[in-house]
Amino acid sequence: MSIFPDSVGRFFHRTASPPYFYALADRFIPWLTGILLILLAAGLVDGLYLAPTDYQQGESYRIMFIHVPAAWMSLFIYVLLAVMGGIALVWRMKLAEVMLVASAPIGAGFTFIALVTGSLWGKPMWGTWWVWDARLTFELILLFQYLGIISLYNAIEDKRSAARAVAILALVGVVNVPIIHYSVEWWSTLHQGPTVTKMDKPSIHISMLIPLLLMAVAFKVYYLIAALQNAKLELLKRESSSQWVKNLLEKSA
Amino acid sequence: MSLEIFLEMGGYGFYVWTAYGVTFLVLLINIVWPIVQRKNLLRQLLIRQKREQK
Repeated sequence: MSIFPDSVGRFFHRTASPPYFYALADRFIPWLTGILLILLAAGLVDGLYLAPTDYQQGESYRIMFIHVPAAWMSLFIYVLLAVMGGIALVWRMKLAEVMLVASAPIGAGFTFIALVTGSLWGKPMWGTWWVWDARLTFELILLFQYLGIISLYNAIEDKRSAARAVAILALVGVVNVPIIHYSVEWWSTLHQGPTVTKMDKPSIHISMLIPLLLMAVAFKVYYLIAALQNAKLELLKRESSSQWVKNLLEKSA
Repeated sequence: MSLEIFLEMGGYGFYVWTAYGVTFLVLLINIVWPIVQRKNLLRQLLIRQKREQK
């Protein structure tokens, strides 16, 4: 940690200590939940009701407001897994291990959502539930990567070595993220190209872009809440015989 | 706009509402599951602690 000034090191050390982090999560979750509900309400009303009908796809395009943010989250969370995996391997930071393990099911959930909503959108628009298009295939592989990380962690008894194993797996698997992102340009088959995340101006009307971004931010806030809930459980499991957990139990008793 | 027309989604109602339904079901499960698990774990730990104190 010598590359950081002392105060930064102390800040990380304190924030990353399990009891402090557990209490911090408790304090933040209600606020985050409030923000999430406001964002979701705004995003859903805007996306399902206010946004105009698409001139080509009719109302079916409204699936986009969950499909695209979920697909973004599936990649975003995987990148986070790799970053936390790197931190866990280099600095042996317990909290990075916990957050890696806590984030994996949330990422798997978003990947599953992206695949299912894509299928439900593909059927009326493409005429098929599924096709072995590059984008779809690599997204399915991403789901297996998430499930692999979760099961590998559960399979190894000692949680420190389990975390090290999944950190390596997460780092190796991150090559799939750019493949998924660029798949629509490298192999253009059925899945359409990006309309928002491209260098030029987004080719999506502002009245559809706003609900899309509202849902995207809502999903990010949701991720924080869900990952913190998972992290609290994981910390309790790992530290069940430590003094701070005993104090916590005495307070609740 | 009547509720019926809104729910119909221009004929795509089944696809749109199933997509939103599955999404929120998965999101809900991923939040509720760790909370339920943590409550169970805390209860077990509390029982163990009481037994040790006797």
